[in-house]
Amino acid sequence: MARRTINVDYLARVEGEGGVKLVIEGNTLRSVELRIFEPPRFFEAFLRGRSYLEAPDITARICGICPVAYQMSSVHAMEDALGIEITPPIRELRRLLYCGEWIESHALHMFMLHAPDFLGYDGAVEMAKDHPDVVRQALELKKTGNDILNLLGGREIHPVNVRVGGFYRAPACREFSALREALQRGRDASLAAVKLVSGFEFPDCERDYEFVCLGKAGEYPFNAGRVVSNKGLDIPQQQYDANFEEYHVKRSNALHSRHIGSGAYVTGPLARYSLNYDALSPLAKQAAQEAGLGTTCNNPFRSIVVRAVELLYAFDEAIRIIDAYQEPDRPYEEAPTRAGTGYSCTEAPRGMLYHRYRLDSDGTILDAKIVPPTSQNQPSIEEDLRVFAAGWLDQPDDRLRHLCEQAVRNYDPCISCATHFLTLDVERV
Amino acid sequence: MSDPPRRVVFGLGNPARGDDGAGRLVACLLRDAVPDGVAVIEQDGDAASLVPMLHADDAVWLVDACCSGASAGAIRRLNCAAGETPPSAATQSSHGLGVAEAIALARALGSLPRRCVLFAIEGADFTAGASASPAVQAAAQEVAARIAAELSSL
Repeated sequence: MARRTINVDYLARVEGEGGVKLVIEGNTLRSVELRIFEPPRFFEAFLRGRSYLEAPDITARICGICPVAYQMSSVHAMEDALGIEITPPIRELRRLLYCGEWIESHALHMFMLHAPDFLGYDGAVEMAKDHPDVVRQALELKKTGNDILNLLGGREIHPVNVRVGGFYRAPACREFSALREALQRGRDASLAAVKLVSGFEFPDCERDYEFVCLGKAGEYPFNAGRVVSNKGLDIPQQQYDANFEEYHVKRSNALHSRHIGSGAYVTGPLARYSLNYDALSPLAKQAAQEAGLGTTCNNPFRSIVVRAVELLYAFDEAIRIIDAYQEPDRPYEEAPTRAGTGYSCTEAPRGMLYHRYRLDSDGTILDAKIVPPTSQNQPSIEEDLRVFAAGWLDQPDDRLRHLCEQAVRNYDPCISCATHFLTLDVERV
Repeated sequence: MSDPPRRVVFGLGNPARGDDGAGRLVACLLRDAVPDGVAVIEQDGDAASLVPMLHADDAVWLVDACCSGASAGAIRRLNCAAGETPPSAATQSSHGLGVAEAIALARALGSLPRRCVLFAIEGADFTAGASASPAVQAAAQEVAARIAAELSSL
């Protein structure tokens, strides 16, 4: 019987180093492996013995694409451990900073990494020759996200202004005027982006996922809420460890994660959208409806449309925050150190990011646990490949390889974060 | 209204990764030595940030570290405006859109500067936290002098 092995030795247009291997025997898909060979990074061990105040700056170094997520999860966990209540203006500034990161990350992934799949190009450079306006717009959108991080975070990568309890310095109202004009242009451009990507052709691939994200906070989730799912999960963040477990598989330097008792689940834009549609801004809801999304989305290939809606929402939300902003009396809140454990989940662009820290009485970190979204999504990525690729086996190897890569890119995986990930091998036997 | 033509030196790389900071070294050497009106910008080399800073009417010198197998400190000068292109990285990741992709993107978008020169300095040691090697430091001095000479001859 003919055996085919399809190898994507090194996945392109994803963040980090990983690959995919399919083994096909005759007309049967025998195995699917998502292999992550980016070396382990040991950040949780680096944190032991460091001050609780250092966690946001150390963990930000885990990723150049989503440093804000690491900073947000770490500061909220520390505040949970120390009993610090942040003020409403600080909460709003944190949402604004997260808007900046979503704008940067979503614009980069949608246009530079994912759109070439749908428009039939090898990458952004080839796409730019035929669609220069799309690429120019993407770069402009990303720059506006960078501008938010520069203003609030002190610099556009690995911000330095985030502190447990708030910020080292809170901006004055007048500092937002130039940014607001750019945000208005960005909002218009992202509205056009929703229309553009909703016109792409999508494979008819849907699955009955368990979606997991933050919710029930009365707002589209960034850094507050309960951990909820469409299958009945509804827990406070402090109960994450009792409901989710990490496990090692030999083929991956990144731990996999499962919902105890039910298995693989999906975190990220599809989950957030499907569980928090009602909390989107009116403009984002209208754009989503005009794009044909409905109030939930179970087709991972349509994640590019959901990301566009979230991009639009991030611009809309950033403008709302700036218009209502009032300078806080103090840039941060403090509390005496004490022994204890703190927990936090926040919503990184590609999904929920969990941090847990155990502190000594002087605020020294005794133990840390970090579960990035790509670790959580790995089992679902493999299940997508197993289910969807079984219907693509009659395709030539090159086409099959491309479809599998695209199925991985649907998740915008961040392999550097998760190793604490892509190359595709298809073996036909 | 478009911006007036500029003369810009971009020092690219990560100064905290040994020889990867070669471009930043050249920027430091040139910052107080360039004629009035010449901008010296340090940047990490990320294409998504670099491309919007390139304009077709500009004259631009880019300096970056490279890893081609040559000896440490070896200098290559590429006339990108004339069509010379540095080799791209093997893959394109969200972290891997570097100077080669920036030049290719700018060319595709019609914003590649009319004068666009890339100096590539061969690196050998990219250890986190290390300083640039003596060979790369010497090469940075030579590249700075060559760019200063090219600027004065304009």
